[in-house]
Formats: sequence, C-alpha cells, structure tokens
Amino acid sequence: MPIHEVSLIRPENLHTQEQLVVDGVDVSGHWSTFIESRAVTDYNEALEEEIAALPGGEYVHRCWQCGSCTNSCTVNAINPDFNPRYWIYLIRMGMESELLRDKDIIWQCVSCNKCTYACPRDVVPEGVMKALSHWMELKGHVKKSPSMVFDEVFSEQVFARGKIEEGRVMQRFFKRTGQDLNQPWLIEMVKRMLRHLPVTMLAKLGLATFVAPSTRDWSRARAAIEEYVHEQEHKRRRALGLDGLIEAATRDAGPAAGEGARS
Amino acid sequence: MSDTRAKYQKVAYYPGCALEGTAHSYNRSTQAVGKALGLDLVEVKNWNCCGAMEVKNIDPKLQTYLSSRVMSIAASEMKMDVVMAPCNGCYHNLKKAEYDLAHDPDSAEVVDRLSKKAGHATYAAGQVETIHALDWIKHGIGEDGLRKRLRGSLKGLKVANYYGCMYTRPRHIFPEKDQGPGSESTSKPHYMDDLLAVAGADNVEFPLKTACCGGAHTLSDSDTSTRLVLNLLRAAEASGAEVIATECPTCHSGLEMHQVRAEKKFGQATRVKIVYFTQLLGLALGLSPKQVGVHENISDSIGFFKEKGIA
Repeated sequence: MPIHEVSLIRPENLHTQEQLVVDGVDVSGHWSTFIESRAVTDYNEALEEEIAALPGGEYVHRCWQCGSCTNSCTVNAINPDFNPRYWIYLIRMGMESELLRDKDIIWQCVSCNKCTYACPRDVVPEGVMKALSHWMELKGHVKKSPSMVFDEVFSEQVFARGKIEEGRVMQRFFKRTGQDLNQPWLIEMVKRMLRHLPVTMLAKLGLATFVAPSTRDWSRARAAIEEYVHEQEHKRRRALGLDGLIEAATRDAGPAAGEGARS
Repeated sequence: MSDTRAKYQKVAYYPGCALEGTAHSYNRSTQAVGKALGLDLVEVKNWNCCGAMEVKNIDPKLQTYLSSRVMSIAASEMKMDVVMAPCNGCYHNLKKAEYDLAHDPDSAEVVDRLSKKAGHATYAAGQVETIHALDWIKHGIGEDGLRKRLRGSLKGLKVANYYGCMYTRPRHIFPEKDQGPGSESTSKPHYMDDLLAVAGADNVEFPLKTACCGGAHTLSDSDTSTRLVLNLLRAAEASGAEVIATECPTCHSGLEMHQVRAEKKFGQATRVKIVYFTQLLGLALGLSPKQVGVHENISDSIGFFKEKGIA
C-alpha cells in the first residue's frame, strides 16, 4: 500500500513496553514493539463481485490504491476512520471481517463527489461507498441507516407523485426514525422563517402540507418505476446469494429437468 | 449577438421541487432578475422531480430516467433548445443524465423502456442543452449588458461566493467547463464572482467555494452537517465576508438551518448573512428586498441591507 494512513495491523495487536530490558539490552519504548500475529481465515472471495453487482460499485476493480479519494474526502477530514481507499482495498482483498469493524460509519459519505473528481482511475469511489452501505444492509450486518431511511421516504414520494414537498418528507423522516419534531433549534428555525412572511405565503405553505404537489398523469410513469424497482431489488438479492427461495427453486428444477430429458 | 447569447434569450425554466418550497425566494428572485434583464423564462410543462440526492441511492438509472423526462418535455413537447435550472441538484442531475445517455447504453435502454411505458417521447442525448442560472445570466446578458442595466450597487458589500459541490463535480459531466479563458473552472469557479463584481460587490478571497455543506445528510446526520456548515460560516467570516452568496437551495437552506442549529445546540453563533446570488443581483438592478424575497430567508438580512444603503 503506497500510503500508510491506516494498515491491516490492528492497534490492539501492537505491543510496546515503556520500560523493558531483555538479556541486558535496554529495549524500552519503540525498540520493544512487536506485532501479535493473527491468522485471517474468513476471506470472502466473492466480495469484489458482490460490490460490483450493486449500483455504484461497478468500477471498484479499477482501483490502484493511490489514496486520492481519502486525501480529498470531506468526511475523512472530520473523522480519520472514514477511509474510502482502505475500504476499497479490503473489498478487493475480500477481507469482510475487517470491513465490518467500520460498518457503523460507512453510510456517512456525504456524496460531495470530491473523490470521484480526484480519482485517476474512474473508480467512482462515491458510488462504491453507496454500494458498500447497501451491501451492509442487504447482508444484515447493520440496520437501515438514517440516510437510507431518508432516501426511501424521499423516493417513495417522488415515485408516487412525481414531486416532493419538503415539509412532508421531513415529518415522515422524523416519524420513521423516531425523532421528536419538538427540538429547540428546529422551533427557532421555523420562528425565524415565519418572522417576515406575509399571511398569504403562510397560508400557501400550510396548504402544501395538506395538498401535496404532484405531476399530472403520473400513474403510468409510477407503474413503470415501481416495476423497475421491484425487478432491480430481485436482481441484487440474487447477486448477493440472498434469495434462498429462488436458489432452492433453481436447484430443484435442475435435476428434475434433467431426468425429464433422459426419460 | 453571438449564437449562445441568442439561444439564452428564451429558455425552458426548470425550477424543481425546492424552489416551490423552502427555496421560494430563489424562484422569486431568479424570475425577477430575468424580467429586469429582459430574458424570457418558459416553465417546463408538468415537470417532475429530477431525483435530487436521494433517488440515485435507490437506483442511479431511475434518477437518469426522472431527469430525462424533464428534458424530453422541454425538447419534444415545448421544442426548446435550452433548459435552465437554478438548483445545483437539478442542474447536476440533468447534466449527469445527459452524460450517461450519451455514454452508457444500459442507461439509454432503461430510459427508453421506462419512457415508453410512461407514455412520453424518449429523450435522446443532445436534444437540449442544460445550463445553470449562472450560465444563463453570464452568457445570456453578459457583464457589459448587466452593467448597463444596473440601478443600484452592492458597493462596499463584502461577499463570499459559495458554489457548493454539484455545480462542478464530477468534472466529466460538465464538458463545457475547464475550456480555457471565458469558460467556467471546476476547481476555482468564478461566474458568480464575475457577475457580483459587476454589480459592485467586494468579493473576498474565500477558500471554501466548492467545499461541502453536508446537504445530503442535513437531517440524517445533522451533527456532521452542522460541523461542515460551521466550518464554512467561520471561514467566510475569517475571510472578511458579511454575506455568503449561494446558488443552490440545498446549500442555502443547509447553511441557514445549521447556522441556527450551531447556535442553539452548541452555543456557536455566527453573524454572516446568507443570500441567493440572484437576490443580490436583483437589489443591484433596483428591485426591492421584497421583490427578490429577502423577507423569505431565515437568515435575516433586511435591516443589514438597509443599513448598508443597498436596499
């Protein structure tokens, strides 16, 4: 790995004695550092393909580990554990257990696209982060992230009506994530928002929360989108080997069909 | 009149969902500025959401479809050549759809299938040109044209120009940018700086022009967003700015919201005002604060503009 902002050596496996004399030689501090050995036996050799099967992860194989993504990352600047380069390395190596150590922060990618802008290999690291978050959820390693809940609340409205209304999205998101709308900063914000607004505008805003804006003649588009979403979900679960029923069905159908051909 | 200028005199206008809600003042000021400059806007008929930052996380090709429908209406039903979107999110998504449809046969296939089922013409790459409100004013009227129409001035107003993420990244979806003198830069954008400078503003050296406000997670990871926004607000103040000029409803409402949140939740108060660049241009064109919707902003700047003698 050309850059060493993080390595596979787990910090807890590094041992250093502040004071240590071995056979009369003073090896205090760094001189005494040793790395506890460990064996990795749980490689997931299909990991790279699984990520590549999810939208956004298609180009993960292109990475040559230059580290431009991590170097430019907005989230890495406030949390050094958020490390796209390292995660892409782990995906390509199939080191699932190492990835799972960071499972609770991967969803925090803000999609600023600085990594995609900087990447010399067109890996689209932003897409890989989204694919990896999806993978974590589909495999049941994490529960749905707040970000995913928000994406779903938002997309449901777009698919249903063609348009969204922000107040409604916000209310449903708070409800679905069990958050209280009654937060002091939120109340203060609404107060400041209403401060100078004329009554007609207020009435319009209030009305929008009852009568949702929508695109006319949307029903056919809605049906087409819903059908597509369903089809894609099915495809993804299958790529990750999650559709037990489908697998069982194909397995059962296999030999039976063979027998039929023979007889 | 150059070809580009002629083409931008009358464009299809795609306001998007945010401009009908929290960013109503951006809608109002964009239309008011267009009128004052004599540029025509024809709203895209029966438009839909472009997919924003969210639909791509359900499925990127659905976002491509949603954005393509908007361009399809502008091209096939309205016979327009240019779609202007003031929202960075809409602008970005239309540009991305344009790129994907030209370069990725799978995307084109999905868009064709969904368009047929939905019962409208399939959008083909190249039918329309998507531009931002900045392109529209910069090339539709030009700096000299703008100067001629000024009725006031932003003289003495210290402005940090904030472009956000979606206007310049990733580079490959904006083939017209980074084309040398006169074109927009993706690493150091300047169109907003150029226009506000003509209007008399004193643009400060703001190093975070294209930094991220955390808009995608403004509600789902609010603490991260507050940190990112606070960093922007502080940097603007440290650069000597009194005002941050915005060009994106997500950035704008994110800055306003997390300015309040930083103050109320973490006791970190900042004073810099947040206004849309179209509001500032409108004031310089002699429009009243109300005509450009300054009263609709959460960040209260009416008194400040009066004090400065701008409004």
